[in-house]
Amino acid sequence: MSGLCNHALHGTGLAGSPASPVHRLDPRAKVVGFLGLTLVAVTTPLDGWPVFVACAFVLAAVAATARIGPRTIWRRVRFVLPLVLFVALFLPFVRGGDQIDLGPVSLSAAGLAAFAAVSAKALLGTTSAVLLGATTTFPATLRALESLRVPRLLVLIAGFVYRYLHVVVDEVHRMRAALTARGYQPRTALGAAAIGRVATALFLRTHARGERVYLAMLSRGYRGSVPALDTLRFGATDVVFVAAVAVSLLPLRLLLAVP
Amino acid sequence: MTCVIDAADLRFRYPDGREALRGVNLAVDHGERVAVLGPNGAGKTTFVYHLNGLLRGQGRLEVAGLEVEDGTVRELRPRVGLVFQDPDDQLFMPTVREDVAFGPLNMGERPSAVEARVDETLRMVRMEHAAERPPHQLSMGERRRVAIATVLAMRPQLLVLDEPTANLDPRARRELLEVLTTIERTMLVVTHDLPFAAQLCERAVILSQGRIAADGACTAVLADGDLLAAHDLELPAGFDPRLVTAAAA
Repeated sequence: MSGLCNHALHGTGLAGSPASPVHRLDPRAKVVGFLGLTLVAVTTPLDGWPVFVACAFVLAAVAATARIGPRTIWRRVRFVLPLVLFVALFLPFVRGGDQIDLGPVSLSAAGLAAFAAVSAKALLGTTSAVLLGATTTFPATLRALESLRVPRLLVLIAGFVYRYLHVVVDEVHRMRAALTARGYQPRTALGAAAIGRVATALFLRTHARGERVYLAMLSRGYRGSVPALDTLRFGATDVVFVAAVAVSLLPLRLLLAVP
Repeated sequence: MTCVIDAADLRFRYPDGREALRGVNLAVDHGERVAVLGPNGAGKTTFVYHLNGLLRGQGRLEVAGLEVEDGTVRELRPRVGLVFQDPDDQLFMPTVREDVAFGPLNMGERPSAVEARVDETLRMVRMEHAAERPPHQLSMGERRRVAIATVLAMRPQLLVLDEPTANLDPRARRELLEVLTTIERTMLVVTHDLPFAAQLCERAVILSQGRIAADGACTAVLADGDLLAAHDLELPAGFDPRLVTAAAA
């Protein structure tokens, strides 16, 4: 069943050397560290390039320690980055100030600078998330979020998404195989109607599964909340990691805040 | 001591009018392993859902020492270990460990005690190596055994298995049989895998059109070709149930 390819979910999960100090950190330390770095990056003023560079250095050091190559990072970043950058794309066209004439269009110099800074922020944030995902399993991240007091319901929903994404993707593959096996090759827009029917069937199956999962939860005493099994241990290395990230970024960031 | 399951004239009708149970009478004693056989649509799963109060019919039903009614379902559910047909329905947590811990934690056990219980239960089903893995990385046979562990962790009085051999290859099926024979618990095994029933259970009942149509020693029920044929059941060619000795309960 699970043998039937998980193409869509390739390129997720752990990468690098699983025995590295970064992989072995308590997931809470990593969530706090990477989230902190992202917050520092996004709250820095647009001309705060020293902070962006410092963030990049920290990320590079973490990636090197975890033995995650730039190729792996780029392969994952490129899925998220275009979505993040889409908004920033219009900045050079709509900002005022000095204009750079390029024939039919003109660009704003301030807009270009803003675009560069926003891109840097987006890249830093995305890379942080990618490194968290490459050094921490998804269940461990969920456990960390839970013990960091993220509402349990949200964590539970994220857990279900993770658990059943694979089931649903397998189901989609089987349905597509069934279509192809009977010679389905849409040539016109009308031919796409079959896709609609597949989507409907998928929705109904998923809905029915949801009902069965709920019955299974009830059978094991579910009463509206899921108590946690706390297996996390926050140790000295975790403190060191968070402190190192904070020490290398906070002074610079605070210095910039004072005009 | 009372029976583990005591059903008297149990009836159930689905909202669409289909009558799934038409007066089921069944008594199962402590320590018995009973196979519930029957063709598709005979009401097997409907009956199973009654045992822990997921569905409620008319008639009298007592399970694990409790009358099944509104006030008792909370207490009842940990006593009845219900293993669903599709392990993907049963294993809904991100890792095997969290899934096995789900039931005991809901029962209010302390987390430290639960951890020990999770390890012990996973050993019972020979899956102790998979505690940290997400269920979708396991084979069908492994998922099935983990699903059994998730209910065994609640230390139920009664273990109910709905089509436990569905989608299993021969080896996974044999491993499941080996695990189940070592578990000392009253068991109700719903299946149309007749050889599996013969190997695991000493007693068999046939549920057909919402009623118990036969009840007796598993080998005797399975050896009665006319009885099986009358209820759309068939043994695989060449299989002789008299040559099988059920695992000692």
